[in-house]
Amino acid sequence: MNPALLGLMTIALGVGGCVLYFWGSNQILDKVIFPAKGPEAGRNINRANQVRPWLFLFPAIFALGLYLAYPVFETLRLSLTDRDAGGAFVGLANYNQMMAEPKFWEALRNNMLWLIVVPAASTAFGLLAAQLTDRIKWGAAAKSLIFMPMAISFVGAGVIFKLVYEARPADQGQIGVLNAVWLQFEGGIGSFLFLQLLPAIMLLSFAAIVAYVGWIFVRPIAESKERGGGKGYVPLRLFVGAAALYLVYLSLSSLIGVFTFDYPYGQPQTWLTIPFWNSFLLMVVLIWIQTGFAMVILSAALRGIPEETVEAAIIDGANPFQIFFKIKVPQIMGTIVVVWTTITIVVLKVFDIVFAMTNGQWETQVLANYMYDKMFRANDWGVGSASAIIIMLLVTPILVWNVYNARKEMK
Amino acid sequence: MMDNIAGSKSSLGWAVNISVVLLVALWVFPTFGLLVSSFRTADQIVGSGWWASMFPSEQTERFRASDPDENRVQQGDLFVVEGNIFEENGGGGDIKSWGTSSRAVDAYQPGDVADLGDGETFTVDADGNYAWSGNEEQISGRGQRAFVTAETPPEFTTENYVNIMTSGDSNDNMAKAFFNTLTVTIPATIIPIVVAAFAAYALAWMDFPGRAILIACVVGLLVVPLQLALIPLLKLHVGIGIGKGYLGVWLAHTGFGLPLAIYLLRNYMVGLPRDIIENAKVDGATDFQIFTKIILPLSFPALASFAIFQFLWTWNDLLVAKVFLIDATGQTTVMTDQIVNLLGTRGGNWEILATAAFVSIAVPLCVFFAMQKYLVRGLLAGSVK
Repeated sequence: MNPALLGLMTIALGVGGCVLYFWGSNQILDKVIFPAKGPEAGRNINRANQVRPWLFLFPAIFALGLYLAYPVFETLRLSLTDRDAGGAFVGLANYNQMMAEPKFWEALRNNMLWLIVVPAASTAFGLLAAQLTDRIKWGAAAKSLIFMPMAISFVGAGVIFKLVYEARPADQGQIGVLNAVWLQFEGGIGSFLFLQLLPAIMLLSFAAIVAYVGWIFVRPIAESKERGGGKGYVPLRLFVGAAALYLVYLSLSSLIGVFTFDYPYGQPQTWLTIPFWNSFLLMVVLIWIQTGFAMVILSAALRGIPEETVEAAIIDGANPFQIFFKIKVPQIMGTIVVVWTTITIVVLKVFDIVFAMTNGQWETQVLANYMYDKMFRANDWGVGSASAIIIMLLVTPILVWNVYNARKEMK
Repeated sequence: MMDNIAGSKSSLGWAVNISVVLLVALWVFPTFGLLVSSFRTADQIVGSGWWASMFPSEQTERFRASDPDENRVQQGDLFVVEGNIFEENGGGGDIKSWGTSSRAVDAYQPGDVADLGDGETFTVDADGNYAWSGNEEQISGRGQRAFVTAETPPEFTTENYVNIMTSGDSNDNMAKAFFNTLTVTIPATIIPIVVAAFAAYALAWMDFPGRAILIACVVGLLVVPLQLALIPLLKLHVGIGIGKGYLGVWLAHTGFGLPLAIYLLRNYMVGLPRDIIENAKVDGATDFQIFTKIILPLSFPALASFAIFQFLWTWNDLLVAKVFLIDATGQTTVMTDQIVNLLGTRGGNWEILATAAFVSIAVPLCVFFAMQKYLVRGLLAGSVK
């Protein structure tokens, strides 16, 4: 059958079936099982109203259970069995095998890099774009252009950026923007400014921001000790503080590298094959897509800030930067966390970009692509499931946090 | 307005404007490059960067006047060869300068007459017409050499799009994949909406034990990576006889889209005024009637928000289609999958890659710009909580 016709029939059947189910089951409930007449009319109405929610919910619960809840447990079971041995229970053998593979550690390391860089950069750019576009007349148009990549598929974005990173031999004209720009640098003063001084400033400001955020998190502990009262979340605060310290150390130590690195001027680079840095070039694609999302949410949050707080700060003589960092940012911290975690989840699942652009070659592997490799190329369901469970484990803290917040809100 | 109080708007205003221009340019630039490339021929794409195609390009080419022994015409004492460079050699444009020696290719302006010595002359005008004259001995042998620098206006073609939609090569032809994608997308968008709307109503407006736990479950399932579902569900689909195909991918997209659908719709429905629903109940309306006659029409914005999300997500999806839909025959390939294959087989053929990518990007972009309002609303409802 023609798939288009099949599609139309499925829509008709699916939608019609759903409507028929909801209508029919309600009719049967009200007319046949608990009819609202006769001696027990009142009791029947009550009974029918007790059953009805479950009629409305049944298809959704069934689909959610079958397509999302059941697979979690089935994947867990599969990760503990061996497909070749007829599904025999093998304990943690799959996990051991996975841990012994360097590709797994490469994927995990890259995923951690993605987890730090992409949410941070997307949120920062989004905040910047939100703050800037809210101040100008054509802000709405600018927003919609920055937001536009949201509509583009990861694969499409992969093609777009492959053209940006395209390299051609040195004696031919470059058609990739990045190489065309790169070949403008010859080692003169311009190169020093853009390739050494600018990265150094960026690294320093990154270190400063991270240190500041870390201090915000750790400060309540120090203060509460003085006052002798607990403020909660101490392990979380210490963890963020330690992570910030590590990042500051990393960025300061790479500062030396920026000045001593010997740039290969005049040579077109095949960017995606340069280990370590190529991961960042792939991250750029996701940052490019997610910035719009961050911007939209943060812009709404910024507009929700009570004007009095800003006006009070202005009267007290605060400059625009102080207003932004000390008045506005603290008030939208909750939203920033939401944006950050949402992007984190996207990052954990990122597959298409790596699959389309490098397929994990040149040390760009990530967990989701590693899992796909194992499951559908190597046909090793045990290790594939084990790596899927690792992704699940990484998502779990966010899952718990979301559920906790949702429950708090319900009360 | 707050900035006016501080009096800082004028001093910061231009800086803000410039920053936004730069930011927007940075964000639009990559997509624009691919769009422009999709309208250039293969030769143009490898010949110069796409940014160069925006401006008239100057090219210097060498040519020879046509064979004097065949084409010369006697005019009095002189022999003359006349012709047009572009007609004889192809190309076109507006000639900026020309020369007769490789060391001075821009020695003459169009219309100038070059003196080649002993009365031999050569001239080229802006349209490419040339005249070469001299005595019998001079106008013989090989044609006179000339270097012409011509400016050609930007040139674009829609040929790539025609090629890719009508190509006989099934690897290149996107028409089939386009309709396959459409076939996946539409049912996979509509079915979860229907299922989720009923569930959301129950979770928002019906009282029953366990409601809070169900809502918490939905919130939890929002973030469960669909990677976990691939193998178990593929096994299940094969087990119950669906196998790989449209039905399987529709069901999978429905399952994966439901948590967000229920979450968004419930959040919206909870905010609807309680009076309307209670009045209807007093008037004797059943839950089913309340739902279809009151809740559904009022929830249109939320329904539209989710529909856009689900549409973009299913249209742009690669993983679910690869696992649940595309079988070994490749008859049911979707656009994202075909583009990935093209990246492998046609890695350097940017005219094909760019065009194929844009065919797949165009529809979501149109939906995006047409319904951006609902998309933003949905994002805000789904995240800021």
